[in-house]
Amino acid sequence: MQPKPTALKILDVVSIIVLAISTYLALFFAPTELVMGQVQRVFYFHIGTAWVGLLGFVLAAVSGVIYLVTKDMKWDRFEVAAVEVSTMFFFLTIVLGSIWARPAWNTWWTWDPRLTTAAVTELIYIAYFMLRQGIDDPEKRARFGAVYTLLGGISAPITFMVIRLFRSIHPVVVGAANANQDKLSMTGDMKIAFFFALFAFTIIFIDLIWHRVRLSGLEEKVEQLKLKVSM
Amino acid sequence: MVTNKQPVTRNASPSLLKATFAIVRKDLAAELRSFELISAMLVFSLLVIIIFNFALELDVKVRQSVTAGVLWTTFAFAGTLGLNRSMSTEKDRGCMDGLLLAPVDRSAIYFGKAISNLAFMLIVEAIVLPVYSILYNVNLFRLDLIGVILLGSIGYTAVGTLLSAMSVQTRTREVLLPILLFPVAIPVLLASVKASGSLLAGAEFSEILTPLNILIVYDIVFISVAFMLFDHVVEE
Repeated sequence: MQPKPTALKILDVVSIIVLAISTYLALFFAPTELVMGQVQRVFYFHIGTAWVGLLGFVLAAVSGVIYLVTKDMKWDRFEVAAVEVSTMFFFLTIVLGSIWARPAWNTWWTWDPRLTTAAVTELIYIAYFMLRQGIDDPEKRARFGAVYTLLGGISAPITFMVIRLFRSIHPVVVGAANANQDKLSMTGDMKIAFFFALFAFTIIFIDLIWHRVRLSGLEEKVEQLKLKVSM
Repeated sequence: MVTNKQPVTRNASPSLLKATFAIVRKDLAAELRSFELISAMLVFSLLVIIIFNFALELDVKVRQSVTAGVLWTTFAFAGTLGLNRSMSTEKDRGCMDGLLLAPVDRSAIYFGKAISNLAFMLIVEAIVLPVYSILYNVNLFRLDLIGVILLGSIGYTAVGTLLSAMSVQTRTREVLLPILLFPVAIPVLLASVKASGSLLAGAEFSEILTPLNILIVYDIVFISVAFMLFDHVVEE
């Protein structure tokens, strides 16, 4: 068995440190929001997980395209890693959002464009895993996976656009779409906590993807060894 | 069977259009003999409408607001039934291998299957609409509504044909298609429901332009994407 690369070990430690710092910044350093109070603190992690969740889905669609062109299994491993890690992060985003929405909107859930799109996107990627599970041939599994991530990557933004036909109550952080939407205005300290959370989750995301890609490589090796033994 | 014997030119592979319509003709001819697929879709649609009748208590007031939703749910469910069946007959009887061996462009197979799937869906819709009109006393025979249904069905079968070609090759087969198809087809279903609902509520044509534009965009985007990806799905 190959040992864990040193760079990955360092990244593990860095991930834990930035997560700790980000938690401190979100819970203690950032000032309490005037209208929403303490519950607003959940927002820093909510945005952090949402950012890496979306980033992963975009990366998965891109690596799907690269796989279809090059047929190199390396890109399939990356695609699975990206979807798997992002599905978890995106689930966290939805849960954190719900925790915030209960006091802010007085409901756990509303069928707002962002929430609905988030739920649909999550379902697309759960379907992706079910699709992969049903195929034994690794090459075919990779091909179908790539095709489906691409379809999902195109369909999710269109879903968002379509549901925007209805009115949204979700606060807009960057650039309000229209005047009557809530706009969250951040003070300097809040901005520090906000951007640090984005940074921290990006590091954690890279770390997890690296682990997952490495795991896929090891899994493949085990498969091959098993085949050798049985032959 | 075709009886006129024309000399067959073997050196040139047929054009895309010719090959596409040969596949459509094959599917329609097979269906006209057995009516397996259309009858299953049709009976299923009527059952869904009857279930909705009890589930939603479709009285006059409720009917106004939910007709579009009931219709599109029915079409979507019946649609997956047809898509599954049409692709699995190809797979089971080894016809897919035959089609793949034919010296035609692979996209002809995609367009052929998509057009025949669309035809089955439209035939079922053409029967369900009058039945629904009679049962619930609403007039669904309107040119604008039929246009919306046509656009929605095109988008639905365009992506459905690609995904059914994938799902028949998996272990879970029929079960998988709706799970793969529904989340990806949500934009087209939503826009269709929205457009049909507004039309039935007596909205002006200009009010449904937004969902109509989305339907057209979705159709164009997904027909071209599916056309490009189909090669990767059937390759052996």
